[in-house]
Amino acid sequence: MKCNRLVDVGRRQFLRGGVLGVAGAAAATVLPAGQAQAQQARAMVDYPSNRLGNIADLVVNEPMDIGYPDADSPGILLKIGSPVEGGAGPDGDIVAYSVLCPHKGYYMSYHAADKTLNCPGHFSRFDCEKGGQQVWGHATQNLPQFTLRVDDKGDIYAMGADELIYGRLSNVLEG
Amino acid sequence: MAYKRNIDRLPIIPAGAKEHNVTCHYCIVGCGYTAYTWPLKTQGTTDRNWIGEDLSKQQATDTEAWYAPSMYNVVKQDGKDVHLVIKPDVNCDVNSGLGSIRGARMAENRRSDVTGTQRQRLTEPLVWRYGTWQPTSWDDALDLVARVTAKVIDKDNENDLYVSMFDHGGSAGGYENTWGTGKLYFESMKVKHCRIHNRPAYMSEVHSSRDMGVDELNYNYADYEVTDTIFLVGTNPMECQTNLFLNHMVKGMQNGARVVISDPRRTVTVDSCEQVAGAENVLHLPITTGSDVALHNTLFTYIADQGWADADFIAASTFQGDVAVAADSAYPAALGSYEAARAACKMSLAEGAAATGLTEAQIIQAAEWIAKPKDDGSRRKCVTGYEKGIIWGNDNYRAIGSLLNIGLATGNVGREGGGVCRLGGHQEGYYRPSDAHVGRPAPYIDQMIIAGGGKVHHIWANDHFKTTLNASEFKRVYNRRSNMVKEAMDARAGATREEMIDAIVGAINAGGLFVVDVDIIHSQIGQAAHVILPAVESGEMNLTSMNGERRLRLTEKYMDAPGSAKPDCMIAAGLAQALERVLREEGRTEYADQFKGYDWATEEDAFMDGYNKGNPEVTYDRLRAMGNNGVLEPVTGFADGKLTGTNRLYEDGVFTRHGREDGKALFCMGEWRGWQAAGKAQQQASHRFLINNGRANMNWQNWFLDQGNEFVMDRFPVPFIQINPDDMAELGLKAGDMVEVHNDVGATQALVYPEPSARPNETFMIFGAPNGAQGNIVNAGVNELILPNYKHTWANIRKISDATPASAAVSYKSWEVEL
Ligand code: SF4
Ligand code: FES
Repeated sequence: MKCNRLVDVGRRQFLRGGVLGVAGAAAATVLPAGQAQAQQARAMVDYPSNRLGNIADLVVNEPMDIGYPDADSPGILLKIGSPVEGGAGPDGDIVAYSVLCPHKGYYMSYHAADKTLNCPGHFSRFDCEKGGQQVWGHATQNLPQFTLRVDDKGDIYAMGADELIYGRLSNVLEG
Repeated sequence: MAYKRNIDRLPIIPAGAKEHNVTCHYCIVGCGYTAYTWPLKTQGTTDRNWIGEDLSKQQATDTEAWYAPSMYNVVKQDGKDVHLVIKPDVNCDVNSGLGSIRGARMAENRRSDVTGTQRQRLTEPLVWRYGTWQPTSWDDALDLVARVTAKVIDKDNENDLYVSMFDHGGSAGGYENTWGTGKLYFESMKVKHCRIHNRPAYMSEVHSSRDMGVDELNYNYADYEVTDTIFLVGTNPMECQTNLFLNHMVKGMQNGARVVISDPRRTVTVDSCEQVAGAENVLHLPITTGSDVALHNTLFTYIADQGWADADFIAASTFQGDVAVAADSAYPAALGSYEAARAACKMSLAEGAAATGLTEAQIIQAAEWIAKPKDDGSRRKCVTGYEKGIIWGNDNYRAIGSLLNIGLATGNVGREGGGVCRLGGHQEGYYRPSDAHVGRPAPYIDQMIIAGGGKVHHIWANDHFKTTLNASEFKRVYNRRSNMVKEAMDARAGATREEMIDAIVGAINAGGLFVVDVDIIHSQIGQAAHVILPAVESGEMNLTSMNGERRLRLTEKYMDAPGSAKPDCMIAAGLAQALERVLREEGRTEYADQFKGYDWATEEDAFMDGYNKGNPEVTYDRLRAMGNNGVLEPVTGFADGKLTGTNRLYEDGVFTRHGREDGKALFCMGEWRGWQAAGKAQQQASHRFLINNGRANMNWQNWFLDQGNEFVMDRFPVPFIQINPDDMAELGLKAGDMVEVHNDVGATQALVYPEPSARPNETFMIFGAPNGAQGNIVNAGVNELILPNYKHTWANIRKISDATPASAAVSYKSWEVEL
């Protein structure tokens, strides 16, 4: 228990410390600044298709840290162990979520015993087996879930998100 | 599958967007928000925006530079579509930038033609015609209301007009609107047969506190931050006063305060306190339901016997002698001195333990945390918060009085880190002429309606169908009586106004009821109405209210009313003017004169006519300048461009709420007497399950809007009932099953939610739901002053069906965080 809290504090500081031009798994489809086309946003955000990992990397009920749509947006990739709605892969049980709480953006931790994400900020919690539904809490939206595609090599790609990610007014950051 | 908005980008607020002060109008806490509006075809950019941040980057935790889709909408302002963002204000002392699951959806819960939200809002007056409701003009609707009403009222005899009117602030209440309705019914008329939005008569919920001299909102929220002990009784602030808990109680615990919580149920508040303070600093007293008076009297006795009372305070500020006020039909317990109360309330630890189901050790520990002087001999500060668990519980008068006894005995009223306060529901915003003519005990309106009382019923944002007791019978009778009038009107379709009035009067003289419903939506009781008048909410009008620490603010109007909807005060004014005209036409000149004085053009005029007359320092301009921090009432003056207020009541040790000239507080001499209200013991004896009931974080106080909100209805498609898993197994129930909850007075339905911390045979059901009214199974029992006892209801449970697809899709996991 304590252990998770400590991890969270570390991650929170990291985020607060302001971020992170680091090249991560993500290459966002943002146009270079200054181009005229940058003014012409499309009706929908174009999400990158990023490889998050391979099925072989996943252990049941042990989340893997990911960043999507870019490294500054932390999430988890998780093989739940039983089929869930929205689950990808041959067993229909692979899901991915943002782990920034949509209330005030605290970094959540995974509780394997009941497969929830839990927020140290003000104690909201979200059900990873129910599409990220807020079980109880202060957020005014359910947790952003990343749409997944698994290819025949077992590589897992994220394709998009279904709610606005905390801390950005566009899920794909725009210049 | 969980509801998702699939919004992955929001318009950016541009620099120079209009800003409006907003106090969240949902709950008593009154968090500060800012409403930003800007023209539809403009927007900010990632580098040029309202906050001057680089929004091309991920923002950090607790950022001011983000808003959720629920904080966004497109609304009309001065007839034009504008973008609207309503986001929490980091500079407001109440919430310091925190939103809640209710308040942070304010924008989304506005009516929008563009995004399609809250299409359920009423936009035009409706009149029952041709077998349904037809839209019409204000003039037409008000004329009909005035002509029918004028038939049943006369000077000094208004007893056939029944009025249900909210008394609160926030929402669509507030000083403007309580004044408008109050002036009409208590000044122009002297209506005696009236009730308040959530209870079946017109009375205070905290009579004993006031009779003892103590206003129920006497501290400020910062008192929680500097206290030694937080004592919570029958209240669940993490869910129901969310940012009071998160922004003030949490700070108190972080500063070392311990917490004592008296509640038969392990609430989310208990768990959250344990998370913040550590379980060793939280004492949950899971008392036998309804035994509050026994607990309080035992604590009071023990504290006094230990010599932990504040003798100086008692000598200086409380009544000396024996009995000050004798018990009678208006006073359910005698009131008197500290020693007299000690004698009357005396209860040993053994007696207290037997009555409450606690151990003596638990009671001693609570007493020590509340009152034992610290090791260095200094006094312990304790702040007490209570709410519906005892207000709507067993023996209201004595339960609150006995709790306040502890606060007074320990000198914890009017001192820093102290206070004995209700935590509240809506904000407050009461300014009306005297209600003394109503009497005490006040008439039990809902039972009188069942018994055939009343001919015309004016309803102002009350929904008895969801929030009354004995609701099953009430609905049956109400539907029958209002239908008599509908049938009479249908039978005369096409008749002239005079003929139609005659038909209506004929029906009401035969036992029918003519119903006028003023509301923002077409409510359940509104289905019985003959005239429906559309009102507005805070933000669609300028509105003043005060929160649970008496903090007065002005919410500025930031959008247009839906259609031709109006502020309640303006509707009341329109009705008064229509009555004056009709009475004059009928030659009842003297009576007509009583309805003069409503020539208000705006809600500000109503404010000046009412609140400002009693508080001449307070104007809209000055309140606007005070922003989201406002001023704590009572307002004492205006200096250096600022209103000055009162940080805490009774700092001088002079108690005034009872009106006693000596300024001395009184103690309550109420011994423990078991079940007070009629029928409770019998119902308990003949049914298996306690159906405890109350509010939930997500949708209380805004459920009328949330029945049209996908995010909320997706989580709980049907009101839930939490049941112990072993009880579920015995009844053959699975999570999500639909059950019928039924007893001697009625039945209702709910969705089964397993709750391992629920005690066997003790369930908890959400109160006031639109699609499963818990009030259906609450019997008619009230206290001596007609306070309802909603909490004590017993029933049996049977399965109706397996989970519906909507119910099967939701999460049934524990609400307790796992870190
Ligand atoms: S705690 Fe109450 S006042 Fe504050 S945002 Fe929530 S509902 Fe509104
Ligand atoms: S940040 Fe997660 S609950 Fe507040």
